[in-house]
Amino acid sequence: MADMKKVATRDSYGNALKELGATAKNLVVLDADLAGATKTSIFQKAYPDRHFDFGIAEANMINAAAGLSTMGLVPFASTFAMFAAGRAYEQVRNTIGYPHLNVKIGATHGGISVGEDGASHQCCEDFALMRTIPGMTVMCPSDDVEAKAMVKAAYEMNGPVYMRFGRAATPVFHSEDFKFEIGKGEVLQEGTDIAVIATGIMVPEAIEAAKTLADEGISVFLINMATIKPLDEALVLEVAKKCGKVITVEEHSIIGGLGEAVSSFLSENCPTPVKRIGVNDEFGHSGPAGELLKAFGLCSDNIVAQAKKMFSK
Amino acid sequence: MTSADKKALQLQAVKVREGVLTSTHGAKAGHPGGSLSAADMFTYLYFKEMRIDPENPKREDRDRFVLSKGHTAPGLYSALAWRGYFPVEDLPTLRHADSYLQGHPNMNTVPGVDMSTGSLGQGLSAAVGMAKGAKYLGKDINVYSIVGDGELAEGQIWEATMSAAHYELDNLCIIVDINGLQIDGRTCDVMNSEPVDAKFAAFGCDVLKINGHSFDDMEHAFEKFHANHGQGRPTTILMSTTKGKGVSFMEDQAGWHGKAPDDEQYAQGMAELEAARKQIEEA
Repeated sequence: MADMKKVATRDSYGNALKELGATAKNLVVLDADLAGATKTSIFQKAYPDRHFDFGIAEANMINAAAGLSTMGLVPFASTFAMFAAGRAYEQVRNTIGYPHLNVKIGATHGGISVGEDGASHQCCEDFALMRTIPGMTVMCPSDDVEAKAMVKAAYEMNGPVYMRFGRAATPVFHSEDFKFEIGKGEVLQEGTDIAVIATGIMVPEAIEAAKTLADEGISVFLINMATIKPLDEALVLEVAKKCGKVITVEEHSIIGGLGEAVSSFLSENCPTPVKRIGVNDEFGHSGPAGELLKAFGLCSDNIVAQAKKMFSK
Repeated sequence: MTSADKKALQLQAVKVREGVLTSTHGAKAGHPGGSLSAADMFTYLYFKEMRIDPENPKREDRDRFVLSKGHTAPGLYSALAWRGYFPVEDLPTLRHADSYLQGHPNMNTVPGVDMSTGSLGQGLSAAVGMAKGAKYLGKDINVYSIVGDGELAEGQIWEATMSAAHYELDNLCIIVDINGLQIDGRTCDVMNSEPVDAKFAAFGCDVLKINGHSFDDMEHAFEKFHANHGQGRPTTILMSTTKGKGVSFMEDQAGWHGKAPDDEQYAQGMAELEAARKQIEEA
């Protein structure tokens, strides 16, 4: 994928908001003094009267978004994943989740690939936190094309949505005619030996890994699971039955994220060996994103290694 | 306000207080103290001040109310019931497993509730969002929110107030119920919030101090709130109240923050309210 165009999905978020804003007149965007970083500044430049900055006060922003949504507006509340899902967890839970309000949370800078800022800003717990809220849709796009389609789909559905976007530029592998559907996993490659279910920027890594594994005679059924909740259970069940072995890959703690969602579902419905690749219950640290992802095993090499280990069992 | 209008409000407030006792007695739980301190304000808001339509609770152009101190739901529910949003007979089902009257306000189950609240500090921010939304949409909608004085310890109250002033939300009326008590004791001992007036003024609000049991004071304060429209400043009404107001043994007692009256206490409280009603009628 080295030769592919690279775009950070936070840029996709800002661009999608701007594009959507042209026709979606009830769409408003909130930020907490990070418009430049979350890229809502792109929307802000186009529609300054519809961009509300709440300053460094995420709790207030999240609840103000709840209030705005009751007035018939569709607020996209934006900040880093750490603050949207972490600091404002209870605001999201009680004043967006509980009343099931039509608020979209655009959380950028998710995961280890935040890079140099280090552990304080590398949120690897957001899927877990947001998944536990009843009625919350939790999504993470794999590239620019999917991210833009996701923002549009989130606007079009009624109900609370949490979307995680990345800081680092990552390969754009979808073609522009890609059709996105909330709650449906995307089959990137059919296979018979091992199912690899990846989300977010781990998807291009998984695509690389699947190629390497194919060369070594291991057939991978590869899924891009952009919607973490509600989980595409039918697809998970299908590939588990077909392959009998599952690997999940996410830039998130192995606790509470995609891996746990897949494992829990399969243990109740089709007990299947699952290897969860993710952040192993530890904090991140500073460094360039690419180096960190490798150091934490969030890369194609580790997916290949884990798949071989599982295959040989 | 004519003396007949005032008398009608006073009689209505007695009914709202009776509803607080009936619901918390029926629930064997709940928060009568702060419901009674704000009972006169609930009455004034729902029977005089707000432009609402109980026949059509979700009417788009209605004024909004957010009970940031959501634990005093019994007071809000009683006012809503008496105003015709749902049957008064349902009040004793408060907090029952099969009731729509949740322990804290739920906008999806209780007709007339504009925002689900209960976790302190969050309601005022939601009210800010509503007021901002009304402004953005160019709608003449006022947003009212009652905050507790104990709740002022929540940092989010000040985030919300700062943003209300920043966005010049002169359609927002923040009402602080200063009854001086919270669960653990006197607010000045638990976490002193004074000087409250200077704080809200410093955060950019027009601050009015009233007696929270005087309908005349409320009328004057809301007249000022309306006169402030176009000035770009939120209004904060600081109302001095007595926690448990109207039921002698509950008055100014922190112990009645979150405790329901037993059968005997309920009978005594209802008798006191009945006496108050007679006194108002005969005045």
